[in-house]
Amino acid sequence: MNDKKQLRVDPIKNGTVIDHIAAGKALQVADILNLKNPENLIMIGINLSSNKIGKKDIIKIENRKLSKDEVNSIALISPNATLIIIEDYKVISKQKITLPEKIRKHLICPNPNCVTNVEQVTTKFQIANQNPVEVRCEYCEKTYRIENVKFRF
Amino acid sequence: MNHLVSMRNVSKADILELINLAEKIETGKVRPDLSKRLGALLFFEPSTRTYFSFDTAIKRLGGRSLAMSGSGSTSVKKGETLADTLMTISQYADFIVMRHKIEGAAQFASEILDIPVINAGDGTNQHPTQAMLDLYSIYKTQGSLENLKIAMIGDLRLGRTVHSLAQALSDFNPTFYFASPRHLQMPKYIKDELRAKQIHFEEIEDIKPIMPELDIMYVTRIQKERFAVLEDYEKVKDAYIIDNKILENVKSNFKLMHPLPRVNEIKPEVDSNPHAYYFPQAKNGVFMRQAIISKIMKLV
Repeated sequence: MNDKKQLRVDPIKNGTVIDHIAAGKALQVADILNLKNPENLIMIGINLSSNKIGKKDIIKIENRKLSKDEVNSIALISPNATLIIIEDYKVISKQKITLPEKIRKHLICPNPNCVTNVEQVTTKFQIANQNPVEVRCEYCEKTYRIENVKFRF
Repeated sequence: MNHLVSMRNVSKADILELINLAEKIETGKVRPDLSKRLGALLFFEPSTRTYFSFDTAIKRLGGRSLAMSGSGSTSVKKGETLADTLMTISQYADFIVMRHKIEGAAQFASEILDIPVINAGDGTNQHPTQAMLDLYSIYKTQGSLENLKIAMIGDLRLGRTVHSLAQALSDFNPTFYFASPRHLQMPKYIKDELRAKQIHFEEIEDIKPIMPELDIMYVTRIQKERFAVLEDYEKVKDAYIIDNKILENVKSNFKLMHPLPRVNEIKPEVDSNPHAYYFPQAKNGVFMRQAIISKIMKLV
């Protein structure tokens, strides 16, 4: 089984693997990471079988390290993903990503009457609920399911 | 406390401290001195009650006020950003009281200004001084904020007053009854917060059966100006009307509150009923706003 999976998704030499992404969410993660105009080698697997979570998505990006903001944003979409750093084909670190308490800057408040959509303000959100993920704007105090919130990088 | 923007940032201890201070101001035990200080009343949205209440509070503390009412007469109309308007006025005044239709405007102001900001209402979001004066009124009439049975009726979806009040009371183990037309129910996020704090609440249609149990009934106006379609307003505007008959079986300590203005949700005959408390409630607003200004201006 593992051998078959290896055939489907090749290893990378240096870079980042985001594993155990909730099935079907990889393209959304790709959006956050702005992978539409790739310069590097990228592999995206969708609906791969996983012993751990049944079905999963995976993204491998060569020669790229993710910023903390990017990891935090991925956590919002797929809170149980795993972040793996690869150097010279070896796993240097492997950690489960965790939901941040606060998210600055990268979410756009869906409330058109929120001050963040009127003035030059950096958005700030708090996690209002973990499952399903809901975020609360620190300005207008409205709460939204994460799938209804757009990201901006 | 440097600003008062949202009840979310006001702790139970802050609430009790402000109530205590308002009581001392009302009874003349403390007399905070705001003389030589200037408060700017920036009402980007029109208001009568809240505006006069703050103006009275400032003057009773011996301070003076700069006033702006409605954005029509200001540079806002000329396309100036809110940030620029606020930055400019903060050069003149010692503190700002602001009402704005944009939600989060007061929070934004408190972040960019180095003078204290008091939120006098930001869109459908918060109106913390109203919540504080409501708490003071409840405290004065019940002797405590703990373990009360409180009904909120009317527009619970768009009425910011009931949101702030429900959040604030949730630290005092209340039992809530929410009665509203179907499309104007208490928002999910408020109910989620109450559930998280294990506060007992019920959403009800008929208010008659609960009347004999209540300590407080808080009535709100169905706000015509928040409806996009007038027809929708007409359908729900008379959903709950309080008259003397419905108050026949209430407890002796029961009080009927309303943030005002009312339209027809409380009949004028109720005004002379001993359980009616909405006009004294408005008066309490001045004492509470005096307390809030004294606290954030560090006069006490």
